[in-house]
Amino acid sequence: MALPASARQRRLSGRPDFYTSYTQDMALFNTAPKRRAVGVLAVGALLLPFLLTDDLLQLLATAFVAAIGAIGLNLVTGYAGQVSLGHAFFIAIGAYTAAALSGDPDDRTIGFGITFLPIWLLAAGLAAAAAGLLVAPLAVRLRGLYLAVVTLSLVFLGEHLFKEWSELTGGPGVGRPAAVPQMFGVRFDEDGEIFTGPQKLYLLMLVLLGIFAVLARNLARSGVGRAFAAVRDRDVAAAVIGVSLPRYKALAFAISSFYAGCAGALLYTVTGFFDPGSFNLLLSVQFIAMVLIGGVATISGSILGALFITLLPRLTRELPDLVPFVSAQSSGTITVFQIETTLYGLLIIVFLIVEPRGLYGIWVRVRNYWKSWPFSY
Amino acid sequence: MDEFLASLVRGLGTGSVYALLAVGFVIIYKAMRVISFAQPALMVTGAVLVSYLVADLSFWIAVPVAVLAVAALAMVVERLALRPMIGKPVFVISIITLGVDIVIRVVVNGFIGRDVRQVGDPWGLATLDLGGVAVQERYLAMLVVTGVVMLALFAFFRYSRTGLAMRAASFDQETAMSQGISVGSVFAVSWVIAGGLSALAGVFVGTGGGVDQQTWIIALKALPAVILGGLDSVGGAVVGGLVVGVVESLVGTYQADYAPWLGQNFAVVSPYVVMLLVLLVRPYGLFGTREVERV
Repeated sequence: MALPASARQRRLSGRPDFYTSYTQDMALFNTAPKRRAVGVLAVGALLLPFLLTDDLLQLLATAFVAAIGAIGLNLVTGYAGQVSLGHAFFIAIGAYTAAALSGDPDDRTIGFGITFLPIWLLAAGLAAAAAGLLVAPLAVRLRGLYLAVVTLSLVFLGEHLFKEWSELTGGPGVGRPAAVPQMFGVRFDEDGEIFTGPQKLYLLMLVLLGIFAVLARNLARSGVGRAFAAVRDRDVAAAVIGVSLPRYKALAFAISSFYAGCAGALLYTVTGFFDPGSFNLLLSVQFIAMVLIGGVATISGSILGALFITLLPRLTRELPDLVPFVSAQSSGTITVFQIETTLYGLLIIVFLIVEPRGLYGIWVRVRNYWKSWPFSY
Repeated sequence: MDEFLASLVRGLGTGSVYALLAVGFVIIYKAMRVISFAQPALMVTGAVLVSYLVADLSFWIAVPVAVLAVAALAMVVERLALRPMIGKPVFVISIITLGVDIVIRVVVNGFIGRDVRQVGDPWGLATLDLGGVAVQERYLAMLVVTGVVMLALFAFFRYSRTGLAMRAASFDQETAMSQGISVGSVFAVSWVIAGGLSALAGVFVGTGGGVDQQTWIIALKALPAVILGGLDSVGGAVVGGLVVGVVESLVGTYQADYAPWLGQNFAVVSPYVVMLLVLLVRPYGLFGTREVERV
């Protein structure tokens, strides 16, 4: 469109929803309040390491990594509408690629000693994306629940593979050290002179989440993102208007797996150690829960959902002090672990029945209420 | 040869358990177009109920009681968690059943505890000599009971009014409703049957080895069976179940000799490999109906 620059730029003051051009409508931050709010949130998040204790920072760092994985799942399931229960498998591939690349060559598990973070992070993402492309021929032919079961089977096959290949994974119950987060001579997981380990990890994960989130949001508003939405809403109609189904389904799986691989590579750097048994169906379900509770087909929702699910165990751990019949030991009648797992299930059910748009939907409702306050109904 | 026959019978036995579960999946799918991920929980609930009931009752009374109780539980699940969701995308409803599964399983795990619970079956690990092949009695029991149950089910769908109503509702819900069929009660009956079948399967899974907190995973092996046979074919589910059982058993017997590089316990995941291979050739399973797109 050959619009003069002035027409594209013009915004009316006090009318945030009034767009004078398509570019404005599709902009990354299409309203001024959104831009300000993201700015405030980013500054607040950058200040947190100086306010919170180290164990909370560690938890938040894990949540940020989980958010990267959740964004990945949301791209394939939320935006492109392809149900995937196999997210844990792609996360595992990322985790093992990164751990093997950066591992100590003299250790009992496979290691190549490349500890430079960007290299193993990219390699992990690419390895997982390649695995995603391998699944694509099946995914392209299948729809809906057939696809769900096929991706579910990936988790079981992966679990078997990782349990058996003990040179790589250390074997079940033993595990291996996670990837070494090192860049330009700085170890992010060890205490330094200025920052402690958790503070550095928190900042690292925050920056990475920011990059991945902006990239995903950008993808969603691009032509590819609209093609995904077309495939999701009606694949026959999408094919008729010229969206190549095999191409975009494969692309959705590849991109989603790339995110999963990166998340997997980073996820265990916080704890430093991981076991092949952790990549089970429950992990996939947790990511599904993040997407559904956070909000399907929203990036901010994925982040909210990941924060919520990751911080949930921390909240339930406080329960024994508040409710007398809940026991913190694994032997009691009602333990915190049971409550935690039940909560995943119950929250999925409650959110799907009551608020299908998730936490993001709640936020939209709150926003709309205050927009027209005091005349809201 | 004896080894092969013994392995075959073992496969048919476990396969018939998968068939019971798979038919449950298919019945729910035919009614609601939803894969219920709650079946593992229902299966374990059945087995655990029997393991508690046999303390006071005989095994032969405990099993029907448990089957009825789990059928009732399945009906409650359908009414509370699934009925409000009618008309929503099937993926959403399936995920709800996943949530139901998690909740029920946590409660049941509380009753299992850390030990292995025995279901008090009369067969145990006793074997029978069939023409020179030693066959465990429990596998024969599984085959016979599954055969009887399947015949009864096929007769039910073929000859009873409710069965006809269910077939009609699965064919076209709106037309069925306009003929005076209560689709809601078809959903309820589907869940009741599927719940009962899962409970029965749970009891058989518990024979010999008992039930522990990991038993539920076995129920998910019915999924390859269902996909293999085609999601909407009851007969296909039975065939799929038997195929999965036999493949698993044969792989378990011979893989260590012929393909050791696949690793120990490859038999456990072999059904999934078979499923992937079949889907590459036939995307709607062996007996499933191909979806016709109308624009």
